[in-house]
Amino acid sequence: MKQYLLAVHMIEGQALPPDEEMQRTYQAVDAFNRELMAAGNWVFAGGLLPPDTATVVRAQGGRVVTTDGPFAESKEQIGGFWVIKAADLDVALEIARGASEACGGPVEVRPFADNPGAE
Amino acid sequence: MPGSDALARTFRESSGRAVATLVRVFGDIDLAEDAVQEAFAVAAERWASDGVPPNPGGWIVTTARNKALDRLRRESTRSGRETAAVSLIGEPEPEPEVGPVADDQLRLVFTCCHPALAQEARIALTLRLIAGLQTPEIARAFLVPEATIAQRLVRAKRKIKDAGIPYRIPRDHELPERLPDVLAVIYFVFNEGYTASAGDDLTRQDLSAEAIRLARLLHTLMPDEPEVSGLLALLLLTESRRAARTTREGGLVLLADQDRTRWDAALIAEGQLIVRECLRRNQPGAYQIQAAIAAVHSDAPQAARTDWRQILALYDQLAAIAATPVVALNRAIALAEVAGPAAALDAVDALPLVGYHLYHATRADLLRRLNRTAESAAAYDRAIARAENAAEREFLKARRQALASK
Repeated sequence: MKQYLLAVHMIEGQALPPDEEMQRTYQAVDAFNRELMAAGNWVFAGGLLPPDTATVVRAQGGRVVTTDGPFAESKEQIGGFWVIKAADLDVALEIARGASEACGGPVEVRPFADNPGAE
Repeated sequence: MPGSDALARTFRESSGRAVATLVRVFGDIDLAEDAVQEAFAVAAERWASDGVPPNPGGWIVTTARNKALDRLRRESTRSGRETAAVSLIGEPEPEPEVGPVADDQLRLVFTCCHPALAQEARIALTLRLIAGLQTPEIARAFLVPEATIAQRLVRAKRKIKDAGIPYRIPRDHELPERLPDVLAVIYFVFNEGYTASAGDDLTRQDLSAEAIRLARLLHTLMPDEPEVSGLLALLLLTESRRAARTTREGGLVLLADQDRTRWDAALIAEGQLIVRECLRRNQPGAYQIQAAIAAVHSDAPQAARTDWRQILALYDQLAAIAATPVVALNRAIALAEVAGPAAALDAVDALPLVGYHLYHATRADLLRRLNRTAESAAAYDRAIARAENAAEREFLKARRQALASK
């Protein structure tokens, strides 16, 4: 089985949907997560707090520089993610479709580098 | 050199099949391609002296398989690591080239045309792995540097491997989403070869022939898919007009002005037969309807005897499935024949196609027929400015010229 990151991006500064819609999204994601676990594709998942809560740590030559994050100066920031295991990309894309439907946004599917012995 | 003709023929016929079979066995496109290349190199040497074997395609697959196993053995000895190859070595010989080979190729077609790959990568991969074209041939056909195609292929093959794009025929419920991608690749390749833009004419025609070969292959592999039949019929019927659609000097000849005795009767008969099968099946799709339109044209011995009402009805059906502005533009051309140029102009004017040279060319022609000469000339100018194909531009200039003498 390969592992894939399903990343959900949010656009900074975009207003959050109304409360009831958020509730619906949470419920949908929750149901989707339970399906993932039941099907054996679940590895890990989580939603992230906004990028202005991020901190960047850079260790260089024995010194540490800590700066207010996020790292990427982009309006699009990762807002949450799943790590899944799937037989191939088609399976991963099918799962991503469910993820996109549940969270109501586009989902980027990215394979993990193979680590030996992870079969 | 004896055997070299046989070799070239075998290469065109069986390199795609051999690569597909080896990809199934080894799950690695690069390994499969290298091994098939090596097998042909051995063939070039051996067939010249020993003669061509009774089953050249089978010989290539077996030789390539052994070459691939040799390489995997060498690599596993070098790295001292157990690989998948080692378990393969003890396996019995692969079955000869029957039955599953078709599935091998179909599997690889869907891998090459996978939606996770960019369209241009799908085209390059399909021509290389399914049609058996070499990288320089693909580059020449698309008038791009060889390095560009090579890089495109390397990137695509890496993504197939790294992202885990499977070698698998989509399941029935997935087909409606996946098959159009495959058909689009073949249709694109055909059109690249049909619209005689810049470059070597012969190479471009080869590209259309290649697309027809791919469509035939797909038709053999998926005989029950009506849109596959529709695409093949559309390509055959379009190709049947090739000889008549340019003058000896390479100028463009409109459908209405073509010498229909120069149409290829065999291609028309084959295309029409498939269209009739599609009609019987009654599961219409965009390619089938376009093929039916082409079939109606091919039925008319002279342009004046074209059944435009039938064509208009087919365009209405097409517009219901694929409501694109280009379909609406083509429908308007049929409408002009049925209801007159004024009705057609009304339909055309509303279309959001100002960047498209044929939009302006169509308007120019309709305005000409309405004796609105000045407006027609202006529309021809806009069409000429936007036409990228030299033959089309010359044609439009001549048309504009003819206005002045009216």
